[in-house]
Amino acid sequence: MPTKNLEEKRWFNFTLSPMIGVAIKMLMGDTGKYIGMIVGITFSALIMTQQPTVLLGLLSRTYSLISDASYPDLWVMDSKVQAVDDVKPLQDTKLLRVRGIEGIRYAVPLYKGLLRARTADGNSQNCSIIGLDDATLIGGPGNMVTGKLEDLRRADAVIIDVDGANKYLAQKLPDGTRIPLKVGDTLEINDKHAVIVGIAQTTPTFGSLPSIYTTYKRSLAFAPQERLKLSFILAGLKPGIDPAPVIASIKKYTGLTAYTSEQFKDVSLQYFIDNSAIVASFGIVILLGFIVGAATSGQVFYNFTQDNIKQFAALKAMGTSDGMLVKMILVQAAMVGISGWGIGAGLVSLKGFSLGSNGDFPFLMPWQVVASSGGGVLVIITFAALISIRKVVKLEPGLVFK
Amino acid sequence: MSQPVVICKGIQKEFGAGADAVQALRGIDVEINQGELFMLVGPSGCGKTTLISIIAGIMNQTKGECLVLEENVSVMSSAAKVKFRAKNIGFVFQTFNLLPSLTAAENVAIPLFILGESKKAAVKKAHDLLDHVGLKDRGISLPSELSGGQQQRVAIARALIHNPKIIVCDEPTSALDHETGANVMEMMQKLSKEHGTTLIIVTHDNRIFHYADRIGEIDDGYIKAIHAPETTLGRPYA
Repeated sequence: MPTKNLEEKRWFNFTLSPMIGVAIKMLMGDTGKYIGMIVGITFSALIMTQQPTVLLGLLSRTYSLISDASYPDLWVMDSKVQAVDDVKPLQDTKLLRVRGIEGIRYAVPLYKGLLRARTADGNSQNCSIIGLDDATLIGGPGNMVTGKLEDLRRADAVIIDVDGANKYLAQKLPDGTRIPLKVGDTLEINDKHAVIVGIAQTTPTFGSLPSIYTTYKRSLAFAPQERLKLSFILAGLKPGIDPAPVIASIKKYTGLTAYTSEQFKDVSLQYFIDNSAIVASFGIVILLGFIVGAATSGQVFYNFTQDNIKQFAALKAMGTSDGMLVKMILVQAAMVGISGWGIGAGLVSLKGFSLGSNGDFPFLMPWQVVASSGGGVLVIITFAALISIRKVVKLEPGLVFK
Repeated sequence: MSQPVVICKGIQKEFGAGADAVQALRGIDVEINQGELFMLVGPSGCGKTTLISIIAGIMNQTKGECLVLEENVSVMSSAAKVKFRAKNIGFVFQTFNLLPSLTAAENVAIPLFILGESKKAAVKKAHDLLDHVGLKDRGISLPSELSGGQQQRVAIARALIHNPKIIVCDEPTSALDHETGANVMEMMQKLSKEHGTTLIIVTHDNRIFHYADRIGEIDDGYIKAIHAPETTLGRPYA
C-alpha cells in the first residue's frame, strides 16, 4: 500500500479522510450532548445577534427625521447643535445668507418642535411637528400611505405618520380597541385647528412620538411665540458640486455648521451613544450571552471529549496522528458552531423580519451584525475545541489498557 | 526456526520520580517469534500491560532496548511511532473499545481509514473480514446491537484488517463467558496462523493458556520463566 502518498494526500485534502466522517458520527451519535452543545451555541448566537439588531434598530430611530427627509444634500444648523433632536433655532436671515453661498442650488427652512395635539375624542399626546418649506415641501416623507404630500397646501392640512394614526392618537374605546385616525379627521395642535390630509409611512422616532408634517408657515402658527423659530436649513447643491468646500464656505461666511445627511446621521448617533447608557446596557447583555454560551458550550464539549476519551485513546493507540485528532475535534466543534449559529441567527432574522415589517419592533440587521455574531461563535467554539484538543493531544494512548 | 519479531533487552520502566517512584519493570529480556502466539501471564500489577505497551510503541521504557520488526522503537520519534503502530500493530482490548456510533463494519475499517484508504474500499474489506469471523450479516449493526462475543469478534477483525505483523491483545477473553472465550481464541489462533501474525496476549484467564505456543510468566517486574503452556495449565493468576 502506498502509505506515504496517502498520508500526504490526507494532509493536504482536509475532506478526504474518512476519519472526518468518524468524527462527525462520534459527535452525532451522542445525541444528548450534541443537542446540548447546539442549544448553548444557539443561545449565544441568538443573544449576540438579536441584541445588536434591537440596539441598531433603536439607534436608527434617533435620526429618523434625517432618514425620512427627501431631497436635501445638506443640513445647515447652529454650530452648537449636537444632534437632530438638539434644536437651536436660527435667525430667519441665515436662510438668505446660506442661499448666497457659492455652489448652493436651493436652501429652504425646516421647523422641528414638540407640540401637544388633541384628537376629537379628547385624547392628547405630545407630537413631533415638522414644518416643510411651503413652496417645495422639501424634507417631507417620501412614502405616503394615504393622500399626497401636495395636499399639505390645503387649509389647515397636516400629514400624520402611520404609528401616530393607528396607535398614539387613535380613538381608544372602553373595551381597549382602537379606531385609527383617517384622512378628514381633525386635530387641535396647540389649540389650533388641523385637518389630516394624508398618512405617511415614516421611521418610528426613538421617543415613540407621533410625527406630524405640515407647511413651515402653518407650523409657526402652531408653535408658541418665540423670537427664533427656524430649526434647520435644508440645502441642495448644484449638480457636480463637492459638498466639502460648500460646507466649509457655509461655516466661513455664516458661522453655521452644515452636514451631509449621512454625516448628520453619524453626528446624531454619536451624540446619543455618548450621552446614554443604552449601548453599555446592551453591550453587557451581549457580553453575558457570549460568556454564558462559551461556558456552557465549552463545558459540554469538554464533557463530550472526556466521555469519549477511551475512544480517542484507542484511535491514538491504533495510529491516529495528533494532527488528525485535532482535525477531528475541529470538525466536531465547527459542526456544533455552524449549526448553533445558523439556528440562532436564523431565529433572529425570522422574528425581526416578521415583527419588524410593521414598524413597531426596533430591528436593523446589517450583514456586519451577522458576521460579528458568527465571529463570537467562532471564538466560543475555538475556546471549547482548544480545551478538548489539549486533553486529547496530551492523552496517553496506554489509557486503553487501563 | 522463525525469526524473532520482538527482541527486548533489559527493559526497565519506572513511574513517578524520587521517593514516590514505582518500578514496574526491572529488566525484561524476551524474544517473541514471527507467527507465535505468546502469552504474558502474572498477577495484577506485575507489569504485563506495561510491557505490551512498550512493545506496541505506546509507552517509552526508562532503560533498555526494544527491537520490533527489526526497528528500534526505543529511539523512534513520536510521529514515527504513530506511523509504525498504524502500519504494523493491531490491538484487541479487554473492553473492545468499539466506537458506539459507528457500525461494526465501520469500526473494523478504522485502521484502513487511518492509513488513508477510501471509505468505500475500506468498508468493503471490513464486510469481507466480518464474514470471515462469522458476522456476515452484522456489518451494519451498531456495537450496542451485538453480544459481547460478537463485539470481540468485531474488535479482532479490526485488529486484523490492515494485515499487521503483530497483534497485541489485552485480556481478550476476560469479559466473555467460557464458551465464547474459547471460540474467540480459536478464531484468533486460526486467523494468526493464516496470516502469519504474531499474537502477544496478556491474560489472567488460565482457561485459554493451552492456545499459547509459549507463556511468559511475569512477577514483580521480571520474567520469571518462559515455558510451554502445559507447565502453567491450571494455575490461575488472579
